[in-house]
Amino acid sequence: MPEPFKVLTSQTVVLPQKSIDTDQIIPARFLTTTTREGLGKSAFYDWRYKADGKPLAGVELNTVDAESHRVLVAGDNFACGSSREHAPWALLDYGFRAVVSTTIADIFTSNALKNGLLPIQVDKETHEKLLARPGAEVTIDLENNELRFGNHVVGFKVEPFARRCLLEGVDNLGWMVDRIVAVETFERENGLESA
Amino acid sequence: MSPNEPRTTPKTLFDKVWESRIVTPETSDAPGLLYVDLHLIHEVTSPQAFAEIESRGLKVRRPDRTFGTLDHSTPTLPPNAQGLRPYVTKQAESQVETLERNCAKHGITLAGWDSDDRGIVHVMAPELGLTQPGQVVVCGDSHTATHGAFGAIAFGIGTSEVGHVLATQCLLQRKPKRMRVTVDGNLRPGVSAKDMALAIIAEIGFGGGSGYALEYAGEAVRGLDMEGRMTLCNMSIEAGARCGMVAPDAKTVEWVRGRKYAPKGEAFEQAAERWLSLKTDDGALFDKEVRLDGSKIAPMATWGTTPDAGAAVGAPAPAPRNENDQRALSYMGFAANEPTTGHPVDVVFIGSCTNGRMTDMRAAANIMRGRRVKDGVRVLVVPGSVAVQRAAEAEGLDKVFTAAGAEWRLPGCSMCIAMNGDMVQPGQLAVSTSNRNFEGRQGKGARTVLVSPATAAATAIAGHIADPRAYAEEVAHA
Ligand code: SF4
Repeated sequence: MPEPFKVLTSQTVVLPQKSIDTDQIIPARFLTTTTREGLGKSAFYDWRYKADGKPLAGVELNTVDAESHRVLVAGDNFACGSSREHAPWALLDYGFRAVVSTTIADIFTSNALKNGLLPIQVDKETHEKLLARPGAEVTIDLENNELRFGNHVVGFKVEPFARRCLLEGVDNLGWMVDRIVAVETFERENGLESA
Repeated sequence: MSPNEPRTTPKTLFDKVWESRIVTPETSDAPGLLYVDLHLIHEVTSPQAFAEIESRGLKVRRPDRTFGTLDHSTPTLPPNAQGLRPYVTKQAESQVETLERNCAKHGITLAGWDSDDRGIVHVMAPELGLTQPGQVVVCGDSHTATHGAFGAIAFGIGTSEVGHVLATQCLLQRKPKRMRVTVDGNLRPGVSAKDMALAIIAEIGFGGGSGYALEYAGEAVRGLDMEGRMTLCNMSIEAGARCGMVAPDAKTVEWVRGRKYAPKGEAFEQAAERWLSLKTDDGALFDKEVRLDGSKIAPMATWGTTPDAGAAVGAPAPAPRNENDQRALSYMGFAANEPTTGHPVDVVFIGSCTNGRMTDMRAAANIMRGRRVKDGVRVLVVPGSVAVQRAAEAEGLDKVFTAAGAEWRLPGCSMCIAMNGDMVQPGQLAVSTSNRNFEGRQGKGARTVLVSPATAAATAIAGHIADPRAYAEEVAHA
């Protein structure tokens, strides 16, 4: 079950490229894992390391203090491509708790929310301001659906159920299991029972 | 109001299937519970889901509606003399073993190493008749939309959701918006479903389908065979749409008839009648409509690093509209306003869940028959399933490929995702029938051009991106 998310104040890391796909976030060759843990070191691997595995110089992701930089600001159309949940796992394990962009892919959004990583879509103007200020301190206030930085305050929307799950620590699967009687009835009424 | 106005609101195909599978409706506070008819699983996106449900003491609720296969991490070279398979890493092998163990433990049928049913999940499930019209089909894999070719609602899910389906046979969902993509007219000879898909994605844009379920309609779509419809639906996610579907028709019914898990006898006839009723009502409203002229589509090849960066083979790459286009062109080593056909190609890959079916193998073989692969080009042909492999070998297609100088491999995802060791080397230019041309998708530093099987085969022969119509005799004479 993900950690609850209420209010987060942290600095940003900016990756301005558009259409950063989940193959960039976590390249396929790291997907042979059978656990969720430990993917942070391979996040954005091909952007961070040389062919011999040594870190590339001048790459912020290799030098930044992940503890104090928990918000990723990314270019438009973030996390498109593969449905791999390894992408939010890798971002969380690296240290991020929120991602801000103008558009964020559907499957990624759903996967991220289930793991306590908050995807936030903002308007173009806000996005441009954030892109222009790497390392800015931002506050993400899920209780009030507000993103604040400098003297800016912008609202954002999160699917209400996912929001409640994050704020109150409601567990998706547990909630579904509580409704299993409705599933049984549906199967009976539609001839979908086991043979 | 006219007296003839229908009593019920006209509905889309998507609405009809969706509504039939709602267990509890969505409200402003909570998503609905959507019932899943068929849950497909593979080794990469399932281990953590099994671990999650087991840690809660939950069982797989409907093993009979769950079906597994091995495809992503599996080597495509045969076992050695000791019977050991050449896995790329120990971890890849242990991932396969984990799925074998999980399926055995939970009573799930697995098309494993020894099964004739094994194949890429989106190739084998339709072949087995597991995929049927009117179903909700899900898999922890973004190309699950493939199954929409049968008039099913089919979409990719994450691993947490794989756990939800294993434990409850349901998903928490809100209904997406609907978009209809109509392709009028007829495709010209030498132009395939893949070219149509790339043309549609170029039109909608890479993120343009985000939040929508697509329905493909129009004469050119109806004119496609089932394999072509699968190729088309397969690439819906490359426009950002999680799901794409085609209404069932006589072709659909005949394709499913007689397959291993399809209903039999009278039950089939009854099912077929129901399947044929699944179509969008006249006057049903879509949130968005897109229209293309099928007769204007040419063989396509991508010039950039997103699947929407497609242009007709031989047409110049566009002038960059922004920094991203610039970055994509320079990554690919292509120049603006120049055709991409002038560059020597290092690798050609024919396979994947997009183009790893029998019709794809035939399209490629027809061009390679009696010809030689250009010196220095590595060509890998990987059938999508054991069934495709066997059928191709029965027709002698494997011999056509190997005689031309290509490698004929065992079924699997292979170089589409490059996690089994079949990789493009850094900097190499690869022309591929797969579905993603992202930076490094086929190996670190790999440069990928997406094309149809015929174009891939023509490229293998020419040594540079080539229009297949120059190689197909029927067309040359036309
Ligand atoms: S062939 Fe490629 S896209 Fe299809 S399921 Fe395998 S890895 Fe995914």
